[in-house]
Amino acid sequence: MSGSTRFAGVLPGNARSRVRRADRIGDAVLHGVCLAAALLAAVALVAIAYKVIDGASESISRFGLGFLSHPTWKPNPPFEIFGAGSLIFGTAVTSFIALLLAVPLAVSIALYLSMSASPRVRSVIGPLVETLAAIPSVILGFWGILVFGPFLQKHLEPFLHSVLGFLPLFGPVPTTGTGLFNASLILTIMVVPIVASISRDLFLSVPRELQEGAVALGATRWEVLRGVVLPTSASGVAAAACLGLGRALGEAIAVTQVIGAGNAIHASLFQTGDTLASRIADQFAGATTKLQIASLFYLGVILLVIGLLANVTAQWIGRRFDVSTVTVR
Amino acid sequence: MTDAFGPLPAVTEPAGSAAQPMLDEQDNLGPVTPGLPDFSGSLTPSGNLRRRQLISGFAGGVQTVAAVLAVAVLAIVVYSVVARGASVLSWHFLTQDPPLIAGEAGGGIAPEIVGTVVIVALATAIAMPLGILIALYLTEFAGRWPASAFKLALDLLNGLPSIVIGLFVFGLLVVGQHQSGFAASVAIAIIMLPLIARATQEVLLLVPASLREAADALGVARWRTVRGVVLPTARGGILTATVLAVARGAGETAPLILLSSLFGNTVSVNPFGNEGLANIPYYIFTSSESAEANGFARAWGAASVLLAFILVASVVARIANSRSTLSR
Repeated sequence: MSGSTRFAGVLPGNARSRVRRADRIGDAVLHGVCLAAALLAAVALVAIAYKVIDGASESISRFGLGFLSHPTWKPNPPFEIFGAGSLIFGTAVTSFIALLLAVPLAVSIALYLSMSASPRVRSVIGPLVETLAAIPSVILGFWGILVFGPFLQKHLEPFLHSVLGFLPLFGPVPTTGTGLFNASLILTIMVVPIVASISRDLFLSVPRELQEGAVALGATRWEVLRGVVLPTSASGVAAAACLGLGRALGEAIAVTQVIGAGNAIHASLFQTGDTLASRIADQFAGATTKLQIASLFYLGVILLVIGLLANVTAQWIGRRFDVSTVTVR
Repeated sequence: MTDAFGPLPAVTEPAGSAAQPMLDEQDNLGPVTPGLPDFSGSLTPSGNLRRRQLISGFAGGVQTVAAVLAVAVLAIVVYSVVARGASVLSWHFLTQDPPLIAGEAGGGIAPEIVGTVVIVALATAIAMPLGILIALYLTEFAGRWPASAFKLALDLLNGLPSIVIGLFVFGLLVVGQHQSGFAASVAIAIIMLPLIARATQEVLLLVPASLREAADALGVARWRTVRGVVLPTARGGILTATVLAVARGAGETAPLILLSSLFGNTVSVNPFGNEGLANIPYYIFTSSESAEANGFARAWGAASVLLAFILVASVVARIANSRSTLSR
């Protein structure tokens, strides 16, 4: 503690009142400054919504809600028709597949880290899984184009086509590895560490007595997990999945790099497509007309709404737990 | 059977096996003690129990495979980047300007490194004090209801797609003006703010209540307690939170495409100039889209530099945190 800190009680009257005044003013100032900072964060949230809607106003008044379902996106001056239909489709498909793959994987990893692995193995693998979340999306996307894409195109996609080719989802393999499938897998890599690290904390918080009770009744290790650990934390895991979904919906860069910026809606996952966020990243710098910029902002409005929905849902489902992607470990 | 009975599977165990200890992995009781009846025959799992143990072992195997898969992906990505970047990494690469034509060989990424450092430093200078103040408000001043409302606001801010934050700052600082390193810093500060605030709040909550109570008992004013007791105790955790947020902010690309994608080809340190600042994430992004072999090589080099910084920062932050007295 620094020298300026004195104890009011042992000082002569004059100095005592001076310290008391400094204490009162100091407390009020600190309280005020802290409150102002917190209000600033809340105001920022409102300002973000306002500015993004404001930027989209021209496109909103021109296309209205029909923008959401219209599949055409022709930015060049003779046409200037904009619609988010195919982008919403691409966003839904890639995010859905990413969650479908990531949630079981992440829950398995979380069970391993919280229940099965020895403490020493846990202390090594846990941070490594979290490090996966620290890889910048632009690097993951770059890797997705040059390393992962060619691998998919040469090996995984032909294999899936030959085995499951009777489903339109796994159509003929095109000449590049970019497309919805690549984007979905890259998103999976980004979502797994988020869901895994939240789920691991949830599993660790399941009361020990419940698990020991099940063991005493003769349950095997898996029966303890299935009968006690998973049901106790199910809503928290659902909340974690929602947070992962929010991340997948809003990822712009990595998806832009690997999805191939296609405009059409294809049944096959191996074809190109595009998502809301990646279309903004792809076209913003080269946008030529005001209407195109406004339409890209409109995509931002849609992203804002579904992103907020995913996060509010996560907080609401997981309200019994402190579910947040932010933790210091 | 587990489907029907959930967590109480032992109920349907056949009578013959009921005498067995049912703890998995403990059915082998070692050498039979002389003088006691030989139970080893009946202690071998049979029938239903063996099936349940097989299922349990299989589930354990699946979990291990999933964990190994995640670590393998990390190793493959890091190896791909470093192996491809190593060929261009040199002192020249770190200190020279990139060539004017992307297809040319040679050159470096000095402007990008300097620009990223400036943008992230400015963003940290904005986000760190604000984040600490918000955390102080949440732990020291706010009542129950305001605290949970502000926490929700921070979590929502944290969940916003970074490209939307880019659009916001574009509308706020770039429309009618021009791109700038400052605009990029503001966007990255908005991304870092909830990370620092929420993580600092967790650390402040770990400061022992007895310290605050001791200060209160001595009649010390709240602000003096915060400055002299709470913040010094939590310093390590706050630094860890900040370093992790910096590692996250340094790799953010989406806002930079909108806010700092036009810039000259030489080193600039002025975030308030009338064009953006060169930066590593945007460099990797444009090189990956340009499809030039030499551009790719430099992009792998730039990716190695960025990845090395981020990995070192996260590892150092974690080690520092695990040594700090306030870690869990």
